[in-house]
Amino acid sequence: MAGQPIELILARQFGDTLSQAVFLVDPEGNLLFYNEKAEMILGVRFGETGAMSQEVWSKMFHPKDEKGNSLSAEDLPLVQTIKSHKPARGSFYINSATGERHLLNVTSIPIEGRPHRFLGAMALFWNSVE
Amino acid sequence: MMKIKVWGCRGSLPSPGPENIVYGGNTSCVQIIKDDLCIILDGGSGIQRLGKFISKDVKEIHILLTHLHIDHTMGLGFFQPLYNPNTQVHLWGPATSVEPLLHRLRRYFSPPLFPVRLNELPNHPEIHEIGDSEFSIGPLKFKTSYIGHAGPTLGYRVVDGNKTFVYMPDHEPSLASVDFPNLPEWTSGYDLAKDADLLFHDGEYTPEEYRTKIGWGHSSMNDAIHFGRVCGVKKLAIFHHDPLNSDQQLEKIFDEAMEKESPSFDVSLCKEGDIYEI
Repeated sequence: MAGQPIELILARQFGDTLSQAVFLVDPEGNLLFYNEKAEMILGVRFGETGAMSQEVWSKMFHPKDEKGNSLSAEDLPLVQTIKSHKPARGSFYINSATGERHLLNVTSIPIEGRPHRFLGAMALFWNSVE
Repeated sequence: MMKIKVWGCRGSLPSPGPENIVYGGNTSCVQIIKDDLCIILDGGSGIQRLGKFISKDVKEIHILLTHLHIDHTMGLGFFQPLYNPNTQVHLWGPATSVEPLLHRLRRYFSPPLFPVRLNELPNHPEIHEIGDSEFSIGPLKFKTSYIGHAGPTLGYRVVDGNKTFVYMPDHEPSLASVDFPNLPEWTSGYDLAKDADLLFHDGEYTPEEYRTKIGWGHSSMNDAIHFGRVCGVKKLAIFHHDPLNSDQQLEKIFDEAMEKESPSFDVSLCKEGDIYEI
């Protein structure tokens, strides 16, 4: 594995210190890290999943809208941020790995390093258990 | 083969005096000697003396700045080749998202900090903004990356054939790491320093001092050794000596760090005037 840029190292370290859920991906959408709060919501520890491609993580928790329709990867704020390099937000339901249904409110932001290098994105999310 | 000569390895502030005879008092300046190239890393107070030894016939000089803190730039205005109309100086330094390097350099080259402006020099220096970059000067290949220090700061990896020199005079990897000194890929500067033949690295503090200065952008000698170990370097030379430390104090801190860490690679304290060959 190649060394990560300083901005992603600091983003991961920052996310690790927060008590709200954080999900960090690289410019291709590959999962790099999620923190303890995200582990609680997703029902699986980062150490168990390790890094995952966007294709895997975007389907793993079966995201659905309020009517129960399955969402595609492109409907997820974090994937939108990866494509647009702009912030995005949205709400949707997931099934955690332990079978709990959560309503997630997600805000995703691009990570741009000096000088204007797109390095990935970070999603912060809040949940309510249904 | 390249030679690396230390013209200044003191951190933060020049510290001349009888108690600092061995390691020197000038701030960061290192010369890379290769064929007839003139390449200088950082323009701290050490560059003033270096300038006196550069022939007036040298046509081209490259000064590569890690960052623009004053201890890395304060010597530039006193570097005599800048006033030689036959010499073209190239200034390389970190790009930001906000302000061009030229504008940031002009802050130093203007009153009240300095009487001479850049556009009053016989030859305006050629400015090169770099970030996560790769480029060549003569046969030397350079790779640069942003590293963990306050403000935009670069580390340099210089490759000559199969030999590698890495320069990170100001670096705090224990803060810019997910689990220092583990997870090398998640440690600032790892890609630059990996398997280097020679690494110059920040080692300003004792571990006790570092605990009260976290986030200031510098490392303890012990963390410099940890970083050298995690990167698999062959030789580490500790740089950026605290201006408050005398020769005697530096050697005491160094001996304690070596005893505690027992590195399996060569570690030394940089001295002004030292020449390393790789």
